[in-house]
Amino acid sequence: MRGNAADLELRRPASLEEALELLAQDPELKVLAGGTELLVRHEDGSLGPARLLDLSALKELKQIRRVGDELEIGAGVCYADIQAHPDVIARLPLLVQAAEQTGARAIQERGTLGGNVANASPAADSVPVLLALGVGLLLRSRTAERRLPLDEFFLDYRRTALRPDELITALRLPLTPPPLQYFRKVGTRRAQAISKVALAAAGRWTARGLECRVALASVAPVPLRCRELEAFLAVEAGRGDWKERAARQLMDGLRPIDDIRSTAAYRRQVAGNLLLAFLRRAEAGRPGQDGR
Amino acid sequence: MRVELEPLPAVLDLRQAMAEERADVHPLGPVVKEIRIAKGDPEPVWSRAAHVVEDEVESGAQEQLYIEPQGMIAWAGPEFVTVTGSLQCPYYVQHGLCAVFGLPAEQVRVIQAVTGGGFGGKEEYPTVLAVHAALLALKAGRPVKMVYDRAEDLAATPKRHPSRTLSRAAFDHDGRLLALDVDFNLDAGAYVTLTPVVLSRGALHAAGPYRCDHVRVRARAWATNTPPHGAFRGFGAPQSCLAIERLLDKAAAQLGLDPAELRLRNLLQSGDTTATGQVMREEIDLTGLVETALELSDYRCLRAEFARANAVAGPEDPRRGVGLAVFLHGAGFTGSGEKRLASRAGLELDGQGVVQVLAASTEIGQGAATVFQQITCGALGVTHEQVRVAQPDTAHVPDSGPTVASRTTMVVGGLVERAALALRAALVADGLAADADPAAVARALRERGRSHGGERWIESYQQPDWVVWDEENYRGDAYPTFAWAAYVAQLAVDPLTGETRVEEFTAVQDIGRVVNPLLAAGQIEGGVAQGIGFALLEDVRWQAGRMANNRLSTYIIPTALDLPRIRAHFRETPAGYGPAGAKGVGELPLDGTAPAVLAALDQALGARLARVPALPEQILPLLTPEATHA
Ligand SMILES: Cc1cc2nc3c(=O)[nH]c(=O)nc-3n(C[C@H](O)[C@H](O)[C@H](O)COP(=O)(O)OP(=O)(O)OC[C@H]3O[C@@H](n4cnc5c(N)ncnc54)[C@H](O)[C@@H]3O)c2cc1C
Repeated sequence: MRGNAADLELRRPASLEEALELLAQDPELKVLAGGTELLVRHEDGSLGPARLLDLSALKELKQIRRVGDELEIGAGVCYADIQAHPDVIARLPLLVQAAEQTGARAIQERGTLGGNVANASPAADSVPVLLALGVGLLLRSRTAERRLPLDEFFLDYRRTALRPDELITALRLPLTPPPLQYFRKVGTRRAQAISKVALAAAGRWTARGLECRVALASVAPVPLRCRELEAFLAVEAGRGDWKERAARQLMDGLRPIDDIRSTAAYRRQVAGNLLLAFLRRAEAGRPGQDGR
Repeated sequence: MRVELEPLPAVLDLRQAMAEERADVHPLGPVVKEIRIAKGDPEPVWSRAAHVVEDEVESGAQEQLYIEPQGMIAWAGPEFVTVTGSLQCPYYVQHGLCAVFGLPAEQVRVIQAVTGGGFGGKEEYPTVLAVHAALLALKAGRPVKMVYDRAEDLAATPKRHPSRTLSRAAFDHDGRLLALDVDFNLDAGAYVTLTPVVLSRGALHAAGPYRCDHVRVRARAWATNTPPHGAFRGFGAPQSCLAIERLLDKAAAQLGLDPAELRLRNLLQSGDTTATGQVMREEIDLTGLVETALELSDYRCLRAEFARANAVAGPEDPRRGVGLAVFLHGAGFTGSGEKRLASRAGLELDGQGVVQVLAASTEIGQGAATVFQQITCGALGVTHEQVRVAQPDTAHVPDSGPTVASRTTMVVGGLVERAALALRAALVADGLAADADPAAVARALRERGRSHGGERWIESYQQPDWVVWDEENYRGDAYPTFAWAAYVAQLAVDPLTGETRVEEFTAVQDIGRVVNPLLAAGQIEGGVAQGIGFALLEDVRWQAGRMANNRLSTYIIPTALDLPRIRAHFRETPAGYGPAGAKGVGELPLDGTAPAVLAALDQALGARLARVPALPEQILPLLTPEATHA
């Protein structure tokens, strides 16, 4: 343990209002949700002395509820609760898969969806799923609340649109996501693994082509939404060797890196292969096609 | 003070060391130890043999990853040093402290604290840490505790030696092995640790369990500028077993034989001689062992089935393979090592009639304490309440040697058994009936304890006199006995990602009499798990000679989800010379797991990998059609 617990000061507000008030007064406060990112940084010494704002007492952030045609998941909901919720199980199977493959059980009991998003790691596993499903973030400060599409949240490597006095309070997901869905995490092993690559996609066939969102983890400085690829699929899907052309386009556009977990070449190839896996399934699920 | 530093070009891996042969890396030269084994004369064979097969295999460093990192507490004064910590070998630590502090053994006390696994990693390094902590304690005049955090431990402590083996074999038309030439190389790192001994064991296992009249082994340990490599479960044998098994797999492909069939034609039999000229006196049934493994794993059916399925596999269908490795592991210290050690262990009877096992052999999670207690109970004829195992403390227990080399049950267990039999004989002389039940033996112990409390029964190891070893020329009886094994791995490779999943693992071995079936199976399961890590996952990433991935999140070992069902099956030929014919088991599973996995990958991929760990990054290009290459 390289961090010193005596260097940490902890605030544990009892309500969201109080938390936002504290944050407004002291924007240097570091938000602590499940702590599964923050305490790793404490352990390795990189966090250093800090004042922490502990959200764990805030029931407001731990709810999952329907709001119109959306499902609202509180930022403080942990992976274990996501896996157990009937609406998530019935309607958002991709999110269940991502939650099941995050860390292992102990992490799933503590780690939160809000923490995964706010942490803005390019390797976050839930984020590609959330991008593919088209999530809106609810951000609140003492004085204002705003809704931001998740796409617009990630600015650069570990830099987000979150303001110093804001908290993520909840995520809004469509209750009826598109029918074609795919998620695959390729980690360093089958549990307790950080992604080498992960790909999530969700879409539907239209008269013109395949309307979908495709997002990737661990291939760019930020969680990556593949807009050019999506534009290609919207008009070209179904024509000739469209699947291979799509994979080629994706791979040509990626600039992944060699790092301690994998290589750029591997990441690019696997991203292409996973996209092909999704597109094969999409083709098989195309109305009026027998899938071959 | 002014310090001027001039960076010199460093030698950072085995390939570079072998290519440059730089003399300035180590005072002993580029090669810090060389061993040669010669039997017959391979030279004339190469030109007349029907087939000659050449191969090259590499393996990376592997971290032991014991549960707690290295840690030590020391007290020291001008007249004494006392340490306690996580360690495998109390008397090694005592020896090191005596040398550094110039104190006699009576003034240096080493107590083993509860230790969660060692795998060789707590064999040598605890001495270094004990010296550091004791020097600080002496200077400070206060007790000093030093505990590495995981990152320090991973970065600094010795790991399994990386290896590179170039080998050549000659076969006749029927696939009989005529000659073998093995050039076995280890990366020693910057300092000489137990490297010479690791190299020795590696060399002695380099010819595998095969009969061959003409053998050359040249084994060299090369100095580099990385942290030194050292002891790790298997001790050089996993590297050389991997090389000989890879060579046989390549030969099978070249000769058009099934790899299992090629092995069955060449297995060592009782009466044969090994590469060192050791005559196999013990009863060996390697053919039976291999056939059992093939049957239990359904090898022959699977092999045919996978060949068919792989040929027509679609873009997302897993490619499957099944592979066999056959191997041996010498039990106990090499050659005259046990004679030199002259281990002592035994029992003490206390005033209440409770028997304490006295041995410096440590319980590190492998079950040594259970086995000692079990052996003592068996020989004395009492139940377990009557027997305890003393904490290894150099002030209290005799030197039973280090807890290494798969020797604890076989060698030290044998001493404990003899002491227990001697105590039992004394009880009989006191008037105990020969067929007394456990309650009667306990009564007799209490009675004797009252009058003879504190009495000790210590036995010393004597090597069987037929064991003759010529250290100079590497000829003779390398080990008094061997454990034998045949392992089969079955796996699937995902063509989208190159990830390998071992689906079934069958481990058949003969370790002589199995003293404790549960613990023996535990040794096999744990060893196979570690071997799967060695084969597929565990990759020490060096950057400028430093371990870059020194975190548990970046140095990847298998979790339970990464492991198959492991079926451990024992055939018992009580030919060992431990208690009732037991042999060693601890290191054996590390030798054969990686070669079985790589053999299975050969079939799954239709291509050969010559390096472990075999990572998805290396596997995927073999599976990806050119069309989608970037
Ligand atoms: C052993 C282990 C395994 C892991 N495996 C995975 C994995 O497989 N996949 C994966 O994606 N991640 C993994 N992680 C990382 C981590 O568990 C997840 O990112 C988790 O979702 C983080 O949530 P948390 O609540 O613990 O975050 P915390 O550590 O509490 O916070 C993380 C960051 O987010 C900020 N933050 C948290 N909540 C809010 C909020 N409501 N508003 C504003 N800012 C906020 C914090 O200030 C901090 O900067 C693993 C971590 C560990 C230790």
